[in-house]
Amino acid sequence: MAELSCRIAGIDSVNPFWLASAPPTDKYVNVLRAFQAGWGGAVWKTLGNDPPVVNATSRYGVHRDQTRAIVGINNIELISDRPLDVNLREIERLRREWPDRVIIGSLMAPIDEQAWKELAVKIANAGVQGLELNHGCPHGMCERGMGSAVGQVPEMVEKTTRWVKEAVNLPVFTKLTPNITDIVVPAEAACRGGADGVALINTVNSIVSVDLDSMSPRPIVDGKGTHGGYCGTAVKPIALNMVAAVARDPETAGLAISAIGGIATWRDAAEFIALGAGTVQVCTAAMLYGFRIVDDMIDGLANFMERSRYRTIEDFRGRALKNTVDWNDLNLNFDLKAFIHQDMCIECGRCHIACEDTAHQAIRIGAKAGGGRTFTVDNRQCVGCNLCMHVCPVDGCIEMNPVANGLPPVSWPHHPKNTLRVD
Amino acid sequence: MGMRPHTSNGTQLTRDQIEENFADLHPPLTPAQAGVEASRCLYCYDAPCVKACPTSIDIPGFIHRIRTGNLEGSARTILSANIMGGTCGRACPTEVLCEEACVLNARGEEPVRIGALQRYAVEHLIAKGGDHPFKRAAPSGKKLAVIGAGPAGLSFAHRAAMLGHAVTVFDKKPKAGGLNEYGLAAYKMANDFAQAEVKFLLGIGGIAIEYGKELGHGLALDDLKKRFDAVFVGAGLAATNALGVPGEELSGVRDALDFIEEIRQARDKSAVRVGKNVIVIGGGNTAIDAAVQSKRLGAESVTLVYRRGENDMSATGWERDLARTNDVVLRQWSVPVKFEGNGAVEIATFARARMKGGKLEAAAGTFSLAADMVLKAIGQKLDPGALENLRLEKNKVWVDADYRTSVAGVYAGGDCISSGEDLTVQAVEDGKRAAHAADAYVRSA
Repeated sequence: MAELSCRIAGIDSVNPFWLASAPPTDKYVNVLRAFQAGWGGAVWKTLGNDPPVVNATSRYGVHRDQTRAIVGINNIELISDRPLDVNLREIERLRREWPDRVIIGSLMAPIDEQAWKELAVKIANAGVQGLELNHGCPHGMCERGMGSAVGQVPEMVEKTTRWVKEAVNLPVFTKLTPNITDIVVPAEAACRGGADGVALINTVNSIVSVDLDSMSPRPIVDGKGTHGGYCGTAVKPIALNMVAAVARDPETAGLAISAIGGIATWRDAAEFIALGAGTVQVCTAAMLYGFRIVDDMIDGLANFMERSRYRTIEDFRGRALKNTVDWNDLNLNFDLKAFIHQDMCIECGRCHIACEDTAHQAIRIGAKAGGGRTFTVDNRQCVGCNLCMHVCPVDGCIEMNPVANGLPPVSWPHHPKNTLRVD
Repeated sequence: MGMRPHTSNGTQLTRDQIEENFADLHPPLTPAQAGVEASRCLYCYDAPCVKACPTSIDIPGFIHRIRTGNLEGSARTILSANIMGGTCGRACPTEVLCEEACVLNARGEEPVRIGALQRYAVEHLIAKGGDHPFKRAAPSGKKLAVIGAGPAGLSFAHRAAMLGHAVTVFDKKPKAGGLNEYGLAAYKMANDFAQAEVKFLLGIGGIAIEYGKELGHGLALDDLKKRFDAVFVGAGLAATNALGVPGEELSGVRDALDFIEEIRQARDKSAVRVGKNVIVIGGGNTAIDAAVQSKRLGAESVTLVYRRGENDMSATGWERDLARTNDVVLRQWSVPVKFEGNGAVEIATFARARMKGGKLEAAAGTFSLAADMVLKAIGQKLDPGALENLRLEKNKVWVDADYRTSVAGVYAGGDCISSGEDLTVQAVEDGKRAAHAADAYVRSA
């Protein structure tokens, strides 16, 4: 049987599924329910120095797909709005009651060495196994010089990480904001500051929708709205890329990565692990469906590992990294042609119109004997882009077949058409 | 005691039960249901469903608009191709038209409920009220006459009015709508929808309706031709076929369409008399409408008798299933021989039939059924009496591809023409296209 227990930055976890620092980890009762449901760990909702912040109402806006399913949430909630002491007593209690589960303390303070250090020590003393520095919150806190306002300045990321590492003898994760140009820069800064790991991504700055009746962005607070942090399955591609970038960077390659961003299923988790993550953190999916989703994450991941003959998480962690390369390393002699299985085609015409209007005019319509129509690929026009396969509503109906052109692999730096090629 | 009739129609059903039996067969979709159903549409390109629709409604286009919350745009998309999209959404045999062509069938799924979605969009627009969604062109100064305020005639009238002409519609009945008002089962057209649709359609302006006017009864085609620039004949099939068997004149033997009309026009359905043992003769949707409504009025037994096999029936599989789930017994390969009774029908006798050499012939054996009501649904035919010298073909009005009859300036469409299909949606298409043909004619004259 596949073994899901794992170790990240020296912290042992019964499984790689943690709850991210967010509303689901705000209180004793939430985290208790999460542990009862089977979550391996929880990053407590970010704590700051008293007096606690005041939150606004309403707090969430959503982005839906055409079936009304929620693909993304944005929130304008701030850090914990309860007194620090109340939070710490609850952490202590859970620590006693659930010794095998990971509790990570998330913290945020103004740019002041003493403030960071004192807060870190208080939280460490409550019995957490590690700390996570909230350098990501893109709304509200940043207007007070905290959250993403820190995360966007590499020098501050480095400095705050160092302060905390100096103050406590615990693994420290620096949580990164995606609201920057190159995620590697703050990751390297965290590394220089002595971080044991990074947690990414925090939420993406966003306006999730506009109420066209009241002409206000959502969520609406007394007629007005503000930008908030976007999360949920919609941000997963952004997170995957950023996790891969940090994992591939030689300078940060040794950092532990706790991945966050649109993880809703075991498959999402496996993808992040394949790109180098040691644990994954979940928030939105739990907020939409409750903590019970961890059941399928646990046995889904275990079953995947069984099928793939991976005994432990480490057996496949980072396995996709060697195949994650720069564009310049792609083989430009590789060629694909779409092939439409006529027996599976339901004649919707989606491949044709997508190709005809927006791609390479490579799909021909023909008349079918006895009524109906056929769609066939004109290989002379097809560039193998995949668009038809993606829009096709029948799984497996359009297949992309490699062309046996007998050509050796060639990347752009060596390509005959590259006038600056390296021979 | 328990057998004492509850209602004035002599059945065991209470008035409330009967009211319930005649409520909407399929309640309209809720906004949530419509959203889910609309999201099932694959938005096909050059979609098969559109080709299967006689009026070529842009089905993926109107469903996409439902999905985006553009309900007015959705309804307008439907109505620009089919001004009676509301009735068609309720009563079209979509199972053999658009929904049969839906590509989801090929994926092994239920087709998109196109009819229900169409109804949803159109009824939203009609219920919303406000300005009619289509504008009339500048007045042409031309006058067009329409005979028959059924689907073909009203479709012609609406399109002709839109094109700028002044239209006068003549109908022998006191209400417009034709078979939509008088000939469809009540549970398909609940909430007086036929009249709501007529009112909506007339909202374009430029259409006058004269009721109680019938060709041959004070109205002559020749005279209309003189008074109007063009005439459209959408008279339908006013005469009914007779069985031609002994006892057909007995009381209790009547035309199914008359019975359906009586139900449709009854303010209180529980006041409509229905037999205890009803026999419906025929194999079309009208036969099903009569049979199912008989059952829903409280008949104890309803038997639908058809001369050939089930697959030969023009009633769709969906309609036949509806009959079965309403406890209607289907008897195939049986031809009526005689009706007997003392003034009123009591016994109906049928001969077994079979196909031989492509022809129906009597087989050995007869059977008799107790019957106090026999409904004949064996089709309607053209009443040619008042059509003067219009050329006929297969006992219906001949028209060319542009809906021109053999007489210049006279157009025809709907059930009365030789291609007539007994389909509301086809009649609407006929009227629409004939209006464009007549428009070209009157403008060139």
